[in-house]
Amino acid sequence: MSSKLLVKSASTKRKSSVATHDVSVASALPWIGPALLLIILVVIWPVVELVRISFTDITIAGSLLDFHGFANYRELLANPDLYPVARRTLLWVFGIVFFTVILSLPLAQLINQNFPGRKYVRWALIFPWAASVVMTSMIWTWILDAYSGEFNLTLTQLGLIDEPVDWVNNPGSSFYVLMAVAVFVSIPFTTYVLLAGLQSIPNDIVEAASVDGASHWQTYRQIKFPLLRNALLIATIINLINVFNSFPIIWIMTRGGPGYETDTTTTFAYKLAFIESNMGQSTALGVFNFIVILLIVSLYLKLTKATRTEL
Amino acid sequence: MKSTKSKKLTGKKIVTISVAYLIAWFFLYPYIHMFLTSVRTHEELYAYPTTHLPQVWQWRNYLDLWDNAPIANYLKSSLIISISATILVLLVSLPAAYFLARYRFRFRGVFLLLVLATQMFSPTALIIGIFREVDFFNLLDSYLALIILNAGFNLAFSIWLLAGFFSSIPAEIEEAALIDGCSRVQALRKITIPVALPGVVTAIIFTFVAAWNEFTIALTIVSSVDKKPLPVGLTQFIGQYDIAWEYLFASTIIAIIPVVVLFIAIEKYLVGGLTAGSVK
Repeated sequence: MSSKLLVKSASTKRKSSVATHDVSVASALPWIGPALLLIILVVIWPVVELVRISFTDITIAGSLLDFHGFANYRELLANPDLYPVARRTLLWVFGIVFFTVILSLPLAQLINQNFPGRKYVRWALIFPWAASVVMTSMIWTWILDAYSGEFNLTLTQLGLIDEPVDWVNNPGSSFYVLMAVAVFVSIPFTTYVLLAGLQSIPNDIVEAASVDGASHWQTYRQIKFPLLRNALLIATIINLINVFNSFPIIWIMTRGGPGYETDTTTTFAYKLAFIESNMGQSTALGVFNFIVILLIVSLYLKLTKATRTEL
Repeated sequence: MKSTKSKKLTGKKIVTISVAYLIAWFFLYPYIHMFLTSVRTHEELYAYPTTHLPQVWQWRNYLDLWDNAPIANYLKSSLIISISATILVLLVSLPAAYFLARYRFRFRGVFLLLVLATQMFSPTALIIGIFREVDFFNLLDSYLALIILNAGFNLAFSIWLLAGFFSSIPAEIEEAALIDGCSRVQALRKITIPVALPGVVTAIIFTFVAAWNEFTIALTIVSSVDKKPLPVGLTQFIGQYDIAWEYLFASTIIAIIPVVVLFIAIEKYLVGGLTAGSVK
């Protein structure tokens, strides 16, 4: 966003700013106070509560809060189910983000071109973005249904399979199906961010390159792609966070089952708390998940200089 | 947009168009299939082998579904939660965004960081903390908790977007109004907000749609049928032995079409609000 103002350290701020625009915290409170209160209620409080409980001995209904040290963390680390789930989470996050970005790059390039009906192609891409992920997961479950799904019907008609395959529940395909649905719902946002990046590249640079005899591929590799770097970075990091936090796809399609076979740390933490009433291990895992996100966000801040740049 | 150049159909252009339409179809396909399923008869849905198109177009499903599931209840809850959360976001983000765009103050960087946190930390990661907090305030199974939480987690988008709009309006225009005898609030109401109207509309639509689609918080803190919003209510269908897919998908079509139309309306501002914590 265009603005010359920068958030500066308090000392330089006082010197450089116009007196009328530099105000005390007290006079800021009526304007930003309500937002601050809301943020404290929805983020700060739950974080503090999560960390606090992770060090106590508690059941879901219990109000008994004895300090328990790292016992919950030790129990979690001793839980043999944790390790396959953690490995699967790595595959989930990196696999989905990789395929989302790799597919979105050419797609953004495509819908940045001028062709009749481009508007409608862009609108089509809005569907998976605006629609509830819960509902999108439901329809994919139905399309991939062993007996009634159109996917198997088509494969049978093409002669590719002889008998129905239960794609969603089959241990060999289940997790990959979930990942594919996650890629499907992540592509639109990613493509739009990259499209915005492409649109911000001045046309004369691209034209100058083609006048100089650069091929399309050269122009893309050497001019557009480097200028896209920032958009790519933002899209990738936001996707890392979203995919790590992703809950509804797995919950709707397999519940993480059978057993914990298709769980990620996010759904595993939820299951531990609300299905198995194991608040201790769940909050320990919750704190771990929180730290992972915190690390990704710090990376985001470092690479994009987010809050140093004024809106 | 139309130049003579783009009217000429070269071979390359035809390939581009075909590929683009094919991709568009792929992204639309599940929703087209959703619609086709919603007008089938129940018997047909469980017939084997199945068919690509409905053999009988049973439009009546859209009328009958209201008697077969508490869809009206779910819709009502979704509307109450989404509309209230949207109003709350506006009330809170308008002054904050305006102040951020116009003034500098101590701890401003910290405040911006906190705003960013609401965007980055999804409710899913904090769900146990949220559950305990809501329980502490005795608000489990209440609309109020859902409204506040939905508003809070969608606050950042509005603040980024609106502050961007406000800072694009020269402060001189407002100052001129102040000199002409307007109060600060009058200046804001009569000059600044109208100019920032596209941003306000975008903020309204984005928050509404996000709250409309929210799943995890509602799943966790709502238990009574009459308070469940659509995404949670509809999962009731799934566990049943004989899933009424036709009613389920008629309901999801009703839930999805309006929000897609709304999103298309704000298409060009969406990316700005979602990435403005960083883009320069």
